[in-house]
Amino acid sequence: MSAVSVDFQTSSVSDATSLTPPHDQLDALESEAIHVMREVAGEFDRPVILFSGGKDSMLLVHLARKAFWPAPVPFPVLHVDTGHNFDEVIAFRDAVVERYGLTLEVASVQDYIDDGRLSERADGTRNPLQTTPLLDAIAEHRHDAVFGGGRRDEERARAKERIFSLRTAFGAWEPSRQRPELWNLYNGRHKPGEHVRVFPLSNWTELDVWRYIAREGIELPSIYYAHTRDVFARDGMWLTSGAWGGARDGEEVVTKTVRYRTVGDGSCTGAVESDATSLDEVLAEVRGSRLTERGATRADDRLSEAAMEDRKKEGYF
Amino acid sequence: MTDLLRLATAGSVDDGKSTLVGRLLYDTKSVLADQMEAVERATHGGGDPDLSLLVDGLRSEREQGITIDVAYRYFATPRRSFVLADTPGHVQYTRNTVTGASTAQLAVLLVDARHGVVEQTRRHTAVMALLRVPRLVLAVNKIDLIDYDEATYLTIAKEFHEVAESLGYADDALVAIPVSARVGDNVVLPSERTPWYDGPTLLAHLEDVPVDGPDAEAPFRFPVQTVIRPRTADHPDYRGYAGLVGAGTARVGDPVVVLPDGQRTTIVGIDRFEGPQEVATAGESVVLRLADDLGVARGAVIAAAEDAPEPVTEFEATLAWLHEKPLVPGRRLLVKHGTHTVQAMITEVRDRLDVQTLERAPDPDGLEINDIGHVAITVAEPLPLDDYERVAATGAFLVIDPQAGDTLAAGMRM
Repeated sequence: MSAVSVDFQTSSVSDATSLTPPHDQLDALESEAIHVMREVAGEFDRPVILFSGGKDSMLLVHLARKAFWPAPVPFPVLHVDTGHNFDEVIAFRDAVVERYGLTLEVASVQDYIDDGRLSERADGTRNPLQTTPLLDAIAEHRHDAVFGGGRRDEERARAKERIFSLRTAFGAWEPSRQRPELWNLYNGRHKPGEHVRVFPLSNWTELDVWRYIAREGIELPSIYYAHTRDVFARDGMWLTSGAWGGARDGEEVVTKTVRYRTVGDGSCTGAVESDATSLDEVLAEVRGSRLTERGATRADDRLSEAAMEDRKKEGYF
Repeated sequence: MTDLLRLATAGSVDDGKSTLVGRLLYDTKSVLADQMEAVERATHGGGDPDLSLLVDGLRSEREQGITIDVAYRYFATPRRSFVLADTPGHVQYTRNTVTGASTAQLAVLLVDARHGVVEQTRRHTAVMALLRVPRLVLAVNKIDLIDYDEATYLTIAKEFHEVAESLGYADDALVAIPVSARVGDNVVLPSERTPWYDGPTLLAHLEDVPVDGPDAEAPFRFPVQTVIRPRTADHPDYRGYAGLVGAGTARVGDPVVVLPDGQRTTIVGIDRFEGPQEVATAGESVVLRLADDLGVARGAVIAAAEDAPEPVTEFEATLAWLHEKPLVPGRRLLVKHGTHTVQAMITEVRDRLDVQTLERAPDPDGLEINDIGHVAITVAEPLPLDDYERVAATGAFLVIDPQAGDTLAAGMRM
């Protein structure tokens, strides 16, 4: 596979300085997210940002840069690497890490499969396998707070998630143990071995994310924009071939103009047909979409009606 | 430019709250096709989709047909975005109502038009008043089931106004709207079946109502979250104090006092990533630079010099007790105020509010989950507490269990 070039456009924080009260919704959401990140910096010893190179995690890095400027981002970033990556995304991840002087930790699902600690699922999907390497990495680095880009608008089980989400030593989310969150007073106390997952983007919607990316000029991996790609249809989604395999018998490979709305494990992340090559065009498309981003592009969330609820209880995000 | 309104809903069981929230989401086209298909699949017996299924979250809830915690919903119109804290209406769940109300700029209370204002309506109104939620809407639901009868609606609206005004609400902070969530009357679209009603639909009201944000007119309050000291080649001597403006407005040049120690200094810079600015108002995350190096650390509150709270170690407060573990006076606890957590002891429970009668019973033994009571607290270090009714951001605090770490109570100095 040829090297993928990452084109960093001149980073400009466009128009954000023309802030006039009353603040608009993006200013309010940004201030809330920055407040959450600073609380974590103040109350935890070893926080880490979950970072896949996808748009939500890129947003976290951008907000962390803003929260602590002019000091550098005080947290390392952790990538749970399923081994089924889009090359463009890995190149982008590495470029971001270098550009902002971040420390990258990688938890590799492939390593676990290679030495037998995990075995490949029959369907080849690796997203459900991320939980064990994630929890091991949290334990190994003794992370007591883990930032995720999860949003409450994504899925029904996430609508009940807290901004500070307490996890057991096994990473498990216990709905009945979640603390009430009052005002903006977050309670991050936890016992040794437990940790807290923190979701600064809880109150953002998919449209807020894209509007903010456009306003701030945040760079994203190129696969978020329309490009031509060989794809095949499975479960009502356009999947692409890669290290994870390709079309099976009876699945016809066709060339389409597509883009991705989410970036996850290559084996189960579907592309959507799209001509949106610019941020403005993506914004227009998100505004007009009739499907949630997870419903459109994540096979793993279709496993069952309560797929996310079950995976959260196991320690997934 | 669109702005953001944070609202909470509360209602009794079977008032149709889930259906109302589902209707708001559905009629504002905030429900996407795959979510709607899931609802249609799950609707029993075919027919019109059951919109309440849009907002039932966890499988354990669906199996039991209950809602067990606050859920957050998002919808938007071209004019405004909404964050809705959907709180369950069981008799015991004052805890969730308090949680939803703590961040709400407006609350929508539901009643069943056939039953009118009931005890639980009074309790929810009392909790909203206690938490100082600025505005209330009464959704008089199931208006279709009383044949769109104006006289019944007027009776309910009048009683609601009496209850809310007796708790301190002004007339212009209150609206009662006749709706049918199931049919859709006056939720998003005006109904032809209520020709006698000339007020706004629920959504039109939510779009038009002034947003009462953190009070920009209140005295300046700024809990320090963390100290920014880059010590880099570009910024070798930079020292700034990061935080969210809790109340009021600060300008470069303003005199301030650092609490609880009480040193006076001046704001010499207000910084954001985008660059310096002259003014910061309530709700903004910024970094302040001060004229003097006073050793300010996380936990301090920077406040307007001419109007600052007196730090106290003994104070009285109202607590909403949120935990199954009851309050036992004399136990060691923690209080988190702003960004400062200190050891604390509740020395006395002065009274307990009977949420059925709204009467205060003196000298209870303690407080149990969902109880609201007035207490005396002693803390190990002085806290710059405001009166909650005057400055909510620095009048509120959490009570935390030092061993388990659980949040035990929501506290308001008053």
